[in-house]
Amino acid sequence: MAASVYLNVAASGILTGLVYGLMALGLNVIFGVVRIVNFAHGEMMMVALYAVILAWSAWGIDPLWLLIPLAACFFLIGYGLQRGLINPFMTRPEHSQFILLVAIGMILSNGALLLFGPEARGVQLAYQLDSIEFGPLLIDKARLYAGLAALAASAALFAFFRLSRTGLAIRAYADSQRGALVVGLDLRHLFAIAFGLGTACVGAAGAMLSLLIDVTPSVGPAYTLLAFIIVIIGGLGSFGGALLGGVLIGLAEALAGLILLPSMKSMVSFGLLILVLLLRPQGLFGRRT
Amino acid sequence: MNRLLDTVPRRAIWALVALLALLLVAPAAVSPYLLSALVLMLYFACVGQSWNLMMGFAGLLSLGHALYAGLGGYVAAALWVHFGIGPWLGAPVAALIAAAAGGVIGALAFRFRVGGVYFALLTIAFAEFTRIGFEHFDWVGGAGGFFLPVAAQADPIDLRGGPILFYYLLLALTACLFLLCRGLSTSRIGYYWIAIREDEEAARALGIDVTHYKLLAITLSAALTALGGTIIAFYGNVLSPGDAFGAQRSIEMILAPLVGGIGTLFGPLLGAAALSLLGEGLRWAIDAAGIQLPGLTQLVYGVVLLLVVRFLPHGIWPALARRLRLER
Repeated sequence: MAASVYLNVAASGILTGLVYGLMALGLNVIFGVVRIVNFAHGEMMMVALYAVILAWSAWGIDPLWLLIPLAACFFLIGYGLQRGLINPFMTRPEHSQFILLVAIGMILSNGALLLFGPEARGVQLAYQLDSIEFGPLLIDKARLYAGLAALAASAALFAFFRLSRTGLAIRAYADSQRGALVVGLDLRHLFAIAFGLGTACVGAAGAMLSLLIDVTPSVGPAYTLLAFIIVIIGGLGSFGGALLGGVLIGLAEALAGLILLPSMKSMVSFGLLILVLLLRPQGLFGRRT
Repeated sequence: MNRLLDTVPRRAIWALVALLALLLVAPAAVSPYLLSALVLMLYFACVGQSWNLMMGFAGLLSLGHALYAGLGGYVAAALWVHFGIGPWLGAPVAALIAAAAGGVIGALAFRFRVGGVYFALLTIAFAEFTRIGFEHFDWVGGAGGFFLPVAAQADPIDLRGGPILFYYLLLALTACLFLLCRGLSTSRIGYYWIAIREDEEAARALGIDVTHYKLLAITLSAALTALGGTIIAFYGNVLSPGDAFGAQRSIEMILAPLVGGIGTLFGPLLGAAALSLLGEGLRWAIDAAGIQLPGLTQLVYGVVLLLVVRFLPHGIWPALARRLRLER
C-alpha cells in the first residue's frame, strides 16, 4: 500500500479522535470533580445523536448549527440530573452509583428503542461526500468540520476552567476538597455545574459525530467504553490527556482497521487499555498522585 | 452441618424447605413456556450467587462476569464438539480454565495495585477483549456463532434433553451454591473476605494474606460462574461472542444480586425471582394488550432498578428479612 493511504487514514483517524476526545473530556470532568463514573455516558451521546437526526429530518437543520444549542440543552439536563437524582448517591458506595447510572443508561437506550425502533439512522448532507486536498492528503469535509468543531468546543471548555470564577472554584475543589469546603463553596451547585459541563461535552460531541456515524438505540455501551478507554489512557482528571488520548485512540483504531481487520480495531483499544491500567494507571499524560 | 444451621431461626429453615419442595414439584404444574422462564431464573440466581461471592464477600466489583460464563460455555461446548468429551467432564475443565482466567486477571490487578473503579474497568476490558477475540476465533464459529448438535433423543450423559433436565440441573447447582456460600459465610475464609472488604489495610495489618484471599475469591467465583455458563450453553445450543461475552450480558448477570441485596445469601435468589416475575408479568400484560413494543420490558427493568437503588440501597432482601424477622 502506498504511504499516502496510511497518511490519509491517519489524518481521518486524528480528526475522528478529536470528537472522541471531546466526548471523553465530558467523562473526565464528571469523574474529576464529582467522582462519579458516568456509566450512561454513551447512552447520553446516543440521545444527542437522535436529537440531531430529528432536527435534521424535521427541519433540515445542519448538525453543525446544533453544536451550541445541543450543548446548552445537555448542560441543563446534566445539571438537573445531578441535583435531582445523583446527589443523594454522592456518599454511597461505588457499586450503588454504578447501578444508578446503569439504570439511567438502560432507560435511555430502551426508551430510544421504543420511540425510534431498532434500525440505523443518520443524516445525509451534500458536503459529507466532498473532500478537500492538502498536498497528498485527501480529507473528508464532514470529518474536518467535526474535528475542528470538537477542538473549538474543547478550547471553550478549557477557557471556562481557566478564566471564569466558577471554573476556578471547580478546579479548586478538584485540588483540595477540604479547602473548598473551608472557603464555603456551594458544592451541590458546583457538582451540578461539573456534571452539566460533562453532559454538554457529550451533546456537542454527539452533534459532531452525527456527521460521521449512523445511530441505533444500542450504540451507547460501545461509546461509554470508548470514553473510558480514552480517559484512562489519557489519565483520569487530565484535561489535555483526554484530548490526546482521543486522538491516540482515533489514530490507533484507524490504522488497526487498515493493517489488521476493521472488526478488530476496538480490540487494539481494549488491549491498550489493559496495558495502561496495569503499567501506568495514572494514564499516559496524568501525574501520579 | 451444625455450623450451617446454627444461628438460623427455625422459621427460616422451614421456609427454605417449603421453597425447595415447591421448586422441586414446579415443573409438573407449569406450562412449557413458564418452565423455560424458570430455567432462566435459576440460571441468573446461580451466576448472581457466584458473582456475589466476589462482590458481596470480598468487595471486588467485577463488571465483566460474562467472561467466565462465556468461557465456561465455549470450553465445554468445544470439548464436546471437537473432541467428543462430554459436558460432565467438560464442565470441570471449563471451570478450571475460567478460574485460571480469573486468576490471571486478579494476579495482574493485585500485582499492579489496580483497585476500585479501575479494577471494575479492567474486568470490562478483559471481557470485551475476549469478545472481539472470539469473534475472530473460527475454530469455535467466530462471529457467526458456535452451534451444538441437537440430538434426536434425550441423553443426560451429553446433556441433551428438554427444559426439565436443565431445570433440575440448575436447581441442584443453585442449592449447592447456596449451601457453599452459607458455609463460606461462617468460615475463616468468609470472615477474612469480609475483613478485606471492610478495610483492606486493617486486614493486612492483622496478618491476613490479602492478595491470596482476593485471588481465592476471584478464582472461585469465576469457576462457579463457568459451571452455570456451561449448563446454559448446553440448554441454548448456540453460543455467540456478542451474547456470551457482551457488556450487556455482564450487566444482566449482576442485576439479580443487585436488586435482591449484595452480600446476602438470599439476595441473588430473591432478585432473580423478582426480576423474572416482573419480566414475565410485563410480557403477559403486553401480549394481553395486543401491542408490540420492543424495549418496554428493559425500560421497566431500568426504572425498577433505579427505584430499588434509590429507595432500597441494600436491596430487597434486607428490608424484607427485617419485616419477616428472619434475620437476627
